[in-house]
Amino acid sequence: MIRRMLNVLLAGFLLGGAGAAQAELLGDAARGETLFRDCASCHQVGAGAKNRVGPHLNDIFGRRAASAGDDYRYSKGLVRMGADGLVWNFETLNAYIDNPKALVSDTRMAYRGMKDETDRADLLAYLRGFSASPANIPESQPTARASEVELSPETLAIVGDKAYGEYLSSECLTCHQRSGSNEGIPGIVSWPVEDFVIAMHAYKRQIRPHPVMQMMAGRLSDEEIAALAAYFADLE
Amino acid sequence: MKLNRRAFIGTGVAAAAALQAPMVWSQGRPRVVVVGGGAGGATVARYLAKDSQGQIDVTLVEPTRHYYTCFFSNLYIGGFRDIASIGHSYGKLAAEYGINVVHDWAVGVDRDAKTVTLAGGAALPYDRLVLSPGIDFVDGSVPGWDVSAQHKMPHAYKAGSQSELLKAQIEAMPQGGRFAMIAPPNPYRCPPGPYERISMVAHLLTQVNPTAKILLVDPKEKFSKQGLFEEGWAKHYPGMIERIGPDFGGDKVEVRPDAMEVVIDGTVEKVDACNVIPGQKAGRICEMAGITDGNWAPVNGYNMQSRVDGNIYVLGDATAQGDMPKSGYSANSQAKVAAMAIRGELMGSSVFPAKYSNTCWSLIAPEDGVKVGAAYEPTDEKIASVSSFVSQTGEDAALRKQTYEESLGWYAGITTDMFG
Repeated sequence: MIRRMLNVLLAGFLLGGAGAAQAELLGDAARGETLFRDCASCHQVGAGAKNRVGPHLNDIFGRRAASAGDDYRYSKGLVRMGADGLVWNFETLNAYIDNPKALVSDTRMAYRGMKDETDRADLLAYLRGFSASPANIPESQPTARASEVELSPETLAIVGDKAYGEYLSSECLTCHQRSGSNEGIPGIVSWPVEDFVIAMHAYKRQIRPHPVMQMMAGRLSDEEIAALAAYFADLE
Repeated sequence: MKLNRRAFIGTGVAAAAALQAPMVWSQGRPRVVVVGGGAGGATVARYLAKDSQGQIDVTLVEPTRHYYTCFFSNLYIGGFRDIASIGHSYGKLAAEYGINVVHDWAVGVDRDAKTVTLAGGAALPYDRLVLSPGIDFVDGSVPGWDVSAQHKMPHAYKAGSQSELLKAQIEAMPQGGRFAMIAPPNPYRCPPGPYERISMVAHLLTQVNPTAKILLVDPKEKFSKQGLFEEGWAKHYPGMIERIGPDFGGDKVEVRPDAMEVVIDGTVEKVDACNVIPGQKAGRICEMAGITDGNWAPVNGYNMQSRVDGNIYVLGDATAQGDMPKSGYSANSQAKVAAMAIRGELMGSSVFPAKYSNTCWSLIAPEDGVKVGAAYEPTDEKIASVSSFVSQTGEDAALRKQTYEESLGWYAGITTDMFG
């Protein structure tokens, strides 16, 4: 009941009181949870969520842009927009998720955008459940997905040889730019080592679908994947 | 004053090396001369300069001051890129990497004296020479055509003015006119290239001359990504494209550039624009250096070293190496292996096992992109394919659009990898 009222208030405020029909725009959180699977390969949300490839999304509503913690390296543009006062709310998140690059041209978020308005509303309804402000909604259970591939602790513990990683990286740099640009090809610099390793093993085992990456990862040994992860993690 | 000049001569890698270790600027620096500034040559020059931190003296010999990539030149013909967007200068390689960029033709190699002679008269000494000259055309490959007729029937298989000429001639065709392409025999640069070009010409014609026809004369039974292209042509350009393969005389063709005629197995066809892509061979400097066997320069697959002369490395289209296609991606991949091997020889740096890869993206119609690729590893005999993939027929529009956008990302990536 309280939640419904908040939804009405918030939507009414954002949309300039466009009417009760649009008050439903903050949508179906259960459906949003399903939609969040697309986001979960980079973002965590819920208890214990950490900054990974993307920043964690707890308390994203009301958070100033580029402020998820010192351990996360944002693009220059996002840092600037945070400094200029960009705060994530329904309106700004809705625009960002619709087309990330339209709002922040150099964002590292390699996501093409969620074009359907209802999808965005559902997703935001789900995420809002993890924000203490503005809604007084109880903290939800952790939903961050288990890793895509089960890797042994030994595999995850391999310390990559950066010099070898630098040589191997030349093959990646034919497509993935050193600058971290992600126009058409995702940026791969500054990823946490573990996420890089898991992603590459997911390609190697053909869990992730991209054929070029399956081919590239398919012939890399565990040590080579660790070497690449170590090299790219430290690139600015 | 001195510092100003130094800062002017080279910033970044070269200047940093000069300031930290002025000794290496003496005569003792090992010299590498690279001939050809394309996907192989520009990449190997950049990696040698970058990874040796200025300790190898790198000279890049490339006749054109502005280099137009052959890859994506079809997209220019189709109207998806402007010509400027596929042009690149060597300014960064000179200014940021300390590479001595010489705009001249290499016209001879003295393998005993280890010098490269330039058309301008200079002789450049080298410790290691990298030849990455791309292709030249086989004389008499298409009877009636030679370079003196390339303004009437352009090849447009070395990009730049030829690409602009071909596009202008297609745009000037009369309504309902006919465009012909004479496709090359194997092996040749960019296996899907002629067929991507057919797609792009068809797209251009649907915009400006929708009743025009395309005649593709092909000496080969089969071609790269054939199923994908034929599916795309039927979908996007129904009734426009006719292919004449060798079973109908596609391998017995001559051209008459003055009369704008194509003669296929004795039958004369009048055409309004004609793209002749002749049979190909290694860029002529390889022959002049005496390192060719037949039309191509054989190399050791472990490091891209010439099988004839251990001081010479050969990259890209000019090589006979095994299973890799002649493509910009392949040349770029080979260049990194060669740069590592050369640095190992000259500087004693680590040499890791060679890995090669290739992917070729092709555009069939707006946002309808496809790709083919493979990974390769060396054996004693050749560079051998170890795994491969290709786009599938019947893929949905979203995947094709993603593949196209990926190709744009690749173009930005590889040209940054080449030119800095």
